[in-house]
Amino acid sequence: MSRIHAAAASAAVAFLLASCSRPSSAPTGDLKSQNQRKPAPNFSLKDADGNAVNLADYRGKVVLVNFWATWCGPCEAEIPWFIEFEKKYKEQGFAVLGVSMDDDGWKSVRPYVASHRINYRVMIGSEVVSQQFGEIESLPTSFVLDREGRIASNHVGLIDKVDYQNEIVKLLQDPKSAALRDAGDGTGNGMLAGLTGAGVRARQRP
Amino acid sequence: MACSPDLRAQAFAQGNVLNFVPPRKVIVKPGATVDSALPLELRPGYHVNSNTPSDEYLIPLRLTWNPGPLDAAGFVFPQPRMEKYGFSEKPLSVFSGDFQIVTHFKAPANAAPGPATLTGKLRYQACNTSMCLPPKTLDVSLQIEIVK
Repeated sequence: MSRIHAAAASAAVAFLLASCSRPSSAPTGDLKSQNQRKPAPNFSLKDADGNAVNLADYRGKVVLVNFWATWCGPCEAEIPWFIEFEKKYKEQGFAVLGVSMDDDGWKSVRPYVASHRINYRVMIGSEVVSQQFGEIESLPTSFVLDREGRIASNHVGLIDKVDYQNEIVKLLQDPKSAALRDAGDGTGNGMLAGLTGAGVRARQRP
Repeated sequence: MACSPDLRAQAFAQGNVLNFVPPRKVIVKPGATVDSALPLELRPGYHVNSNTPSDEYLIPLRLTWNPGPLDAAGFVFPQPRMEKYGFSEKPLSVFSGDFQIVTHFKAPANAAPGPATLTGKLRYQACNTSMCLPPKTLDVSLQIEIVK
């Protein structure tokens, strides 16, 4: 069964997050207001090296979670942008996480990542993660998370590069977010200083 | 050939953007060949990769028939269109709108007379100009009658 089409619905979570994966009529490039943002569901997926990638470890960073697949043309169009964003904003506390929904997993994804020189972390998605994010039905689907791990925007389908860029820059420059980043240990990981285990990994990995 | 509104509504309501009309029953003699067309209709605004996609990662349109009283000896797909989309630098080999796939069947010389049903799978992957849907496999069937 396709990972995208989850069989057993995690009804409560799906209901709460259903709106997150539906096409929005709101103009792209708009961030949700602070009080409209809901926490992104956590996930733990393996990267190409077999290392666990826990979304919670990225708390304190602005994160773009991109659901994609190797067979998806519009997804391919976004990849160079995400490579650029990862390079340009990484030092400011930004990361892209690519969640592939390819049914055959690393067989297709590994050579694709190599040939496209993807510089951000890529994982293989699962039905559970798809459900947690409101059942991903179309690709690409992306979620931009603020430093508090909340969904600040979501996009179904290809949008303009500048819309993503504007959102990322706004979130990186958000005073509240910056305070979160700067608080704590002074390493730029902010709130992560207060976490155990995951915080340590976060300082090492992302 | 267009699908009936009822069939179309039913298929599209199930989340399929590719709909097919059940192929007409075929009547064939043992040892003879027969063609069967599978009429397809794609939701407006969508395309599917052709049977010969222009990129190795793209998922081709594929029709397969399970072993049965007739052997699928070959397929005829329409000529794909090379379409340029905003998300791709190169044109893509696609089908859209209404089209059909023809299967050449051969009945074995020792085929037993009588009615039978042949089953198969239609696998496709569809996109529009900004997003793609996951690959999907539809069950297809063909009523056949082998006559002396």
